[in-house]
Amino acid sequence: MEIIVFYLFAAIAVIAALGVVGLRNPVYAALCLAVVFVSFAGLYVLLSAPFIAVAQVMIYAGAILILFVFVIMLLSPPVDQGEGALKWQKPLALGFVGALAVQLVLVLALAVLPSARGSLTPEVIAQRGDVQVVGAALFSDYLLPFEMTSLLLLVAIVGVIVLAKKR
Amino acid sequence: MNLDLNLQVIAPALIVALSLLLVLLGEVFLPASQRRWLGYLALIGLLGAAVVAAMLWGANLSGFGKMVVADAFGLFLTLIILLGAALSVLLAFDFVRAHQLDTGEFFALVLSAVVGMIGMVTATDLIVIFLALELLSLPLYVLAAFKRADKRSLEAGLKYFLLGAFASAFFLYGIAFVFGGTGTTNLGRIAAVLGASPRSDVALVGMGLLGVGFAFKVALVPFHWWTPDVYEGAPTVVTAFMSVAVKAAAFGAFFRVFLVALPELAADWRALLAVIAVLTMTLGNVAALLQSNVKRMLAYSSIAHAGYILIALVAMGVNGAGSALFYLLAYTLTNLGAFGAVIALSDGTRERLELNDFAGVAKAQPLVAAALTILLLSLAGFPPFAGFTGKFFIFGAAVESGWAWLAVIGVLNSLISAYFYLRPVVQMYMVEPAGGWNRLRVAPFVAFVLAIAVIGVLALGIVPAPVIALASGGFLK
Amino acid sequence: MPEDYLPILAMVVVVIGFAAAALVVSAITGPRKPNPAKLSPYESGMPPFGSARRRISIRYYLTAVLFILFDIEIVFFYPWAVLFRQLGLFGLIEMAIFVAILLVGYVYVWRKGGFDWD
Repeated sequence: MEIIVFYLFAAIAVIAALGVVGLRNPVYAALCLAVVFVSFAGLYVLLSAPFIAVAQVMIYAGAILILFVFVIMLLSPPVDQGEGALKWQKPLALGFVGALAVQLVLVLALAVLPSARGSLTPEVIAQRGDVQVVGAALFSDYLLPFEMTSLLLLVAIVGVIVLAKKR
Repeated sequence: MNLDLNLQVIAPALIVALSLLLVLLGEVFLPASQRRWLGYLALIGLLGAAVVAAMLWGANLSGFGKMVVADAFGLFLTLIILLGAALSVLLAFDFVRAHQLDTGEFFALVLSAVVGMIGMVTATDLIVIFLALELLSLPLYVLAAFKRADKRSLEAGLKYFLLGAFASAFFLYGIAFVFGGTGTTNLGRIAAVLGASPRSDVALVGMGLLGVGFAFKVALVPFHWWTPDVYEGAPTVVTAFMSVAVKAAAFGAFFRVFLVALPELAADWRALLAVIAVLTMTLGNVAALLQSNVKRMLAYSSIAHAGYILIALVAMGVNGAGSALFYLLAYTLTNLGAFGAVIALSDGTRERLELNDFAGVAKAQPLVAAALTILLLSLAGFPPFAGFTGKFFIFGAAVESGWAWLAVIGVLNSLISAYFYLRPVVQMYMVEPAGGWNRLRVAPFVAFVLAIAVIGVLALGIVPAPVIALASGGFLK
Repeated sequence: MPEDYLPILAMVVVVIGFAAAALVVSAITGPRKPNPAKLSPYESGMPPFGSARRRISIRYYLTAVLFILFDIEIVFFYPWAVLFRQLGLFGLIEMAIFVAILLVGYVYVWRKGGFDWD
């Protein structure tokens, strides 16, 4: 059952991701991206990480995608009609990406991932509660990264005002 | 919960972060006429952090579950970064006023970049390194585009942002692979896992992707394409800051990750990085030969210098890391000084950017011309300046570790570089001045930066021994 | 653990199925007698003028980015709230620092007029 659901979400994610890069109309591409985000949330649930799944839907599908659509409307780019300026780059990029993809697939297919499981197995998470596990790690071991995040958000706030605020 | 809340370890970054918050609050609560004090506030924060960093020297503290350390390597780089930032702030005092940039935001963004940089060089966990990398990059994207009325500045910001975000994604992907291959993000534990288990291809892919991220940040060929456009388009003082401090921070993390976490894979990455070093030096120097714009020339020169420093990473060991630290210090002083001279020679907001703008400058501004000459000679690696001793240590480390051919290519490249570094000198001294430039008094802060740079370059060049001893003591344990 | 989320999956399937079915069924069974009034975008409404691909103001962008940034902040609150009693005073201080830093950003945006439409 789990494996069927995994392949379902994975297939939707891959097809939608192809849509993001392949569709010529930027609005359609953005909507495909929403599908990618949501199917990722499904995968996170399968990984026993429902908190991340909820955050994924809230932030990525909810907020970031809205921003993308805003930016598309802001720029109102014409629907991409053809090759444009980047003519010879396209086959080159496809070649590089293909090589990288083959390499990654080969490595991951042949790899023996460390079989040792950490202390946070699905059973432990189920028992303690997903949010509790995330929170306990975030507010103790990962305290420093947590506080750095707020500084990062602050810099982003300043940056957006500097760049986008009319004066 | 076993926390080691060792706030001492992050004290320098904390001080800078605190002054960042104060500068931001000052920007919104002080009347516009008082905002120039924010620059002094930033400067005080940087100096305070430097004092604290110096006090931590030798204690070898670590904190937050070994996520950060204050070892000699990290502290040496912290001091380099703070020096670079403080000199940039001094250069910026009059620059932001002349170019009518937002004062508070400018200094706040510089300070936040500094927090990220200090984080990068003192972090021993890939998660912290990544966050620090972002904390370093975000403000620089904004700073590159800071002159919003200038199309080139906006282009620089956009280009830097798009390519930088792409590189960050590679870096993050690399972290994921390393984590997948080893089950940890702590640098020390990664090394332990890799040492105890058979060769992990997953970690190897992770190493490659991390390398791409670092290569972008320090501008190694073939990830250097953004450099000339961004350096040219960004406001000069931002270019000066970027060209030195980002290199120190990114190379710091580059060295730490590869030497501490991935020594087991050294056979793989050494050969790869040696090839990249050759390409980077050669392309940087040859392309610099063809430039007529001084900022672009210095951009390609910074690419070439990244290639020299990469040789030190290939050399590995105490000598490699020590010579890299020395070189980064020398490069910071020299390059900031060179950009300081460009700022000193500008006429209000009009800057001398083309080579022939420098014609006859020696007559109008003999002192600035002399300083620029010394700094350019140091960049080219002439004795008795810091650039020479720095290259000497790096090439020496390469020879000792059996990479003599790399040192030979480095020397040949230095010879090529002498040509383009001397071109502005020839213009300044041997060509009649062109009209149309007002002779302006050099701002005292800029003059001070030039003096520090020249004195530092001479001191490091003539008596390098104490500093190289400190730098080599900074080797990662 | 993931099994707990089966009802949500089932609901997603039902929603998609219902929406698709509604479209398909009405396409198959509905009569088709188009006339110009029916084909206009808003039947018995205002006729649209201009292109729909009109550039919107950059102010929306500012609002959207600020929303995202504070939205991300909120996500961190959730596990903190769940663990509030367990974390005790230490957790409160941690979150206070986190919020204080962002509060500086909030004050900054406020004083700079980032929340004003003009």
